[in-house]
Amino acid sequence: MGMTVAEKILARASGLPAVTAGDVVEPAVDLAMSHENAALVVNQFLEIYEGTLLSPKIWNPDRVAVIFDHRVPAESPKTASNQKKVREFVAAQLVRKFHDIRGDVGGICHQILPENGYVRPGAVVVGTDSHTTSHGALGAFAFGIGATEMASVWALGAVLNVEVPGTIKVVVKGRFQKHVSAKDLILHLIGRLTAQGANFKVLEFHGDTIRRMPTSGRLVLCNMSVEAGATAGIVPADEETLRYLRDEAGVTDAVTPVLPDPDATYERVIEVNVAKLEPQIACPHTVDNVKSIDQVMGRAINQVVIGSCTNGRLDDLAVAAKIMKGRKVAASTRMLIFPASARIFQQALAKGYVKTFMEAGAVVMNSGCGPCLGVHEGALGDGEVALSTTNRNFKGRMGNPKSEVYLCSPAVAAASALVGAITDPRLGGN
Amino acid sequence: MATVVNRVGDDISTDVIYPGRYMATVLPSETPQYAFADDASFNGMLKAGHVSKGSVLVAGSNFGCGSSREQAVSAIKGHELVIVAKSVARIFLQNAVNLGLRIVICPTIVANEGDELEISETQVVNLRSNTRFPVVPLPTARQAIVDAGGLIAYTRRKLVARR
Repeated sequence: MGMTVAEKILARASGLPAVTAGDVVEPAVDLAMSHENAALVVNQFLEIYEGTLLSPKIWNPDRVAVIFDHRVPAESPKTASNQKKVREFVAAQLVRKFHDIRGDVGGICHQILPENGYVRPGAVVVGTDSHTTSHGALGAFAFGIGATEMASVWALGAVLNVEVPGTIKVVVKGRFQKHVSAKDLILHLIGRLTAQGANFKVLEFHGDTIRRMPTSGRLVLCNMSVEAGATAGIVPADEETLRYLRDEAGVTDAVTPVLPDPDATYERVIEVNVAKLEPQIACPHTVDNVKSIDQVMGRAINQVVIGSCTNGRLDDLAVAAKIMKGRKVAASTRMLIFPASARIFQQALAKGYVKTFMEAGAVVMNSGCGPCLGVHEGALGDGEVALSTTNRNFKGRMGNPKSEVYLCSPAVAAASALVGAITDPRLGGN
Repeated sequence: MATVVNRVGDDISTDVIYPGRYMATVLPSETPQYAFADDASFNGMLKAGHVSKGSVLVAGSNFGCGSSREQAVSAIKGHELVIVAKSVARIFLQNAVNLGLRIVICPTIVANEGDELEISETQVVNLRSNTRFPVVPLPTARQAIVDAGGLIAYTRRKLVARR
């Protein structure tokens, strides 16, 4: 019987000829990623070794990545002390894929991993972050785990007791209208599936729209697959994946795509035609509360955020800069822009996007997760409304339960910032 | 017998259970003070010690969706609440198993604040309405971790066996 991409990857990593949905396996881990919550992983890791007479040692430090991104630079002595503890730990354990708070190699974990070539097609990637699903964009099987589970991975190099998930095949056809993009597609899909419609399942993306989509867009799809409850999102690797790894991630060694068998078993097939898809908005306070833009146009907004592991890449900033060039952010609105990595920040500087943003009145911040989850910078006041290219709008997400967050694409965010209200970018001149 | 101390709806995210702004706090001894921090009344009850151990939080479907933050589990566990939910999001369920937070998956549960429940491995009985609701057992792969006393003990055993 044929296998899906997830089944093939899990079979290979578990040393089995074949697996099928529902099997319980212990896949070897190719990459284990953590951010600041490595502070908790370290505690749990050390606890595993208590009473064993073994000295705590990461199974393979070259397969561990630690990236500081959630609260950078540290917003409090507590965070700074956690970061200090992790910094000392990774130095002692010889973890070299460590990205500290830096303007050259720093950034958000879900951009740092792809842009440094840490993720390969067919890999098993785990991360102590739910948006680890992002890395399925490169044809990997990537999923989020908790800190204690990561401690177990650090000790053993495998994830214990993983149930092979069933797969939902998503076939996407058609060409997007101007100013409609991967973000609108995934919001539309989450609205259709609901926040739990893909619980414990994999979303495997196919179709001509996906084949034409750059890796930056595929990262958006896989990043937000978890918002439909999916364990992982996967775009089977293709020419574009190989191009990205070679040209943008500097990968020089051989890369082998993992493709589904023609007779793979899918639990469901969902078809989407994007030709008539309108810009989509996720309204408060759930990501599946998705509406077409015409239903929320004119909603006044106090803050616009462009950035995050979802939409802070160079392609996203290019779209925003084109719309904003020579224009001004509305006086009633604050605009914050967070490039997804230091590298992207530098590319945006070189291309003049940062100048465009600053001349328009936007504040360009260092790369990080801060405002997306209300941990650091960009908090909202009581009753305020934000429009954001990030991935969650749960109550209190941006730090204040008395505020509201709407989610959208970079094009909608940029056009709306200029007006101070939710605006359809297709109506503008750019 | 256990008392239902609160009932919440569907899709309760970990941002609601443990708001992101408290994520710099990681120690299980410190996280419980921030459980449901944005719900002043429930958080107040928990912090004041007005909720007895083993009390039940009844939840709808997809409880614990969103972030993988383990604080959401350790914060609830610190108050020794039992979760009876129609369904639970994947990472939250795994974190609960790993840390030993008791979760009962009961897809048809109907219970309100103040109801008394009798919980067994196979069913939940609401003693007020005198109704029985079947429990979905944990997959055996997860039950093994629960039986070992959590993932730390389970991993320790594997690690020692390997050497």
